[in-house]
Amino acid sequence: MTFSPADITAIWLTLKLATLVTLLLLLIATPLAWWLANTHSRLKVPVSALVALPLVLPPSVLGFYLLIAMGPQGPIGQLTQAMGLGTLPFTFTGLVIASIFYSLPFVVQPIQNALEALGKRPAEVAATLGAGPWDRFFSVILPLTRPGFMTATVLGFAHTIGEFGVVLMIGGNIPGETRVVSVQIYDHVEALQYGQAHSLALAMLALSFVLLLLTYGSRRAQVRVL
Amino acid sequence: MSHSRNSHLHIDLTLTNEGFCLQVSEQIPLQGITAICGPSGAGKTTLLRCIAGLERAKGEISFGEQFWQQGKSFVPTHKRGIGYVFQEASLFSHLSVAANLHYALKRAQQKPSAADMNALVDLMAIRPLLQRHPDTLSGGERQRVALTRALLSNPRILLMDEPLSSLDEARKQEILPYLEKLRNLDIPVVYVTHASQEIARLADHVIAMENGKVVVSAALNDALMHPQFPLNAIQQPGVVLRGEVSEIDEQWQLSATTLCGSNERLWVRHEGHPLHSQVRIHVLAGDVSITLSPSTDSSIQNIICCTLHSITDDRQPAMAMLHLQVGEQWLLARTTRRAVEQLKLHAGMMVWAQIKSAALL
Repeated sequence: MTFSPADITAIWLTLKLATLVTLLLLLIATPLAWWLANTHSRLKVPVSALVALPLVLPPSVLGFYLLIAMGPQGPIGQLTQAMGLGTLPFTFTGLVIASIFYSLPFVVQPIQNALEALGKRPAEVAATLGAGPWDRFFSVILPLTRPGFMTATVLGFAHTIGEFGVVLMIGGNIPGETRVVSVQIYDHVEALQYGQAHSLALAMLALSFVLLLLTYGSRRAQVRVL
Repeated sequence: MSHSRNSHLHIDLTLTNEGFCLQVSEQIPLQGITAICGPSGAGKTTLLRCIAGLERAKGEISFGEQFWQQGKSFVPTHKRGIGYVFQEASLFSHLSVAANLHYALKRAQQKPSAADMNALVDLMAIRPLLQRHPDTLSGGERQRVALTRALLSNPRILLMDEPLSSLDEARKQEILPYLEKLRNLDIPVVYVTHASQEIARLADHVIAMENGKVVVSAALNDALMHPQFPLNAIQQPGVVLRGEVSEIDEQWQLSATTLCGSNERLWVRHEGHPLHSQVRIHVLAGDVSITLSPSTDSSIQNIICCTLHSITDDRQPAMAMLHLQVGEQWLLARTTRRAVEQLKLHAGMMVWAQIKSAALL
């Protein structure tokens, strides 16, 4: 199993993308999940539906709308141009933003489920013992919902690695910038380089399996400790 | 006025929520144990949560001179310096017992000294549990740890929401003595309950609620004698007498309690309370009868001299309620109106109260 320099570049880019997206998603999804888990607002249902959309939408449809929005005439494109950043399609940044939308439900939902299952009581108890909001989150809520956050991290990471349709729409196929592993595999197959495609595909398969193995393994370990 | 404000938790709240309306304007004394009682759905827990800042109603709350809630300003729970014991186990399951206690200690506004902490751990008898995990404790042990944890945050007031209701009878009896010890710690306690036994045994002041409103707010015995007191609809009125164990008769397994503020003694079944311990004795109005002279040929052991203070109507037209003064304490006797007439009972006269049955709490 050998990787060409182009394969290595694609793998590196994919890992970079997935890591960055996962970190940003944890920052975005945690307050969003907390709000969804606690709110009685009428906005809860529409917001939940919006967050879940990428689960059912063909990635090409999501990618298409993002392409339009980030394009020179789109609202995001106009904004980025006004800020002197140019337009985002066919850039790594554009890919990061698109991936955030694409993987959002995979990160929000496990965290939201964990928070809902935990309920308000532990945070209330912590408050009565003198813990402020941030203190409550890091000393009580996070440790008690760790399995949910683990699942969210792994799913967000793995799902970002696995994206293809959105990347093609928004990122195209620029080596070192937007050509991720899934696109590289597609290119190898198009060029009838089945051996190269096999190597990359097998690497992806192994990585995904190991990631899931670690998640389920850690969950079982946690149950045993308790 | 300013004095009463200093020494009270002042509450003036209105909360309307899905057909339920809480409307309370009350002063809770900042000493001793105040029991909030009433049927489920009366709003007891909601009121307690509002005091803690876990729920927000319209209105005002002030603790002594400090406002906790006024207009738009609202002091959040973690800055109120309260302790709260929840109805069910609320220990953090990711921490050991010791770490649970440490959690409170670390965040206490005024940290208790190591000596205080050790004393409290021993008072609540949880030293053997320190290294255990909350999931391995019994319900009673968990509540004892939760109580200790709340006290370790050095609260200015301790709020307890039916801390015994999730426990079986044996466990309740196991915990009650620890709750009684709260009296010695000099922290004001607000205690939500619907159990009359807990009220009689623990409370100094009683607030009875119904449908989101306060129906009675009075010192314990005034509440127990109050016709509107909700528990008096299901059980007969009675009083709780305070006293000190002054003699133990090992042969007959009886102990004598000298009533506070008088020389009268009551003999009751010995329940293991040591000599000189402070105890409470529950006496129901129906268990007290009146004679004009002390009889010596009765099986009734407890006959005490008292002054008839007043005679009031009873719920039943055939009956009357006699309010008797024993030193500085009160006793209730329920007799027929005919007996009142035949014995020519009137306020101010000296009578003998025969107490058929009395129980140490």
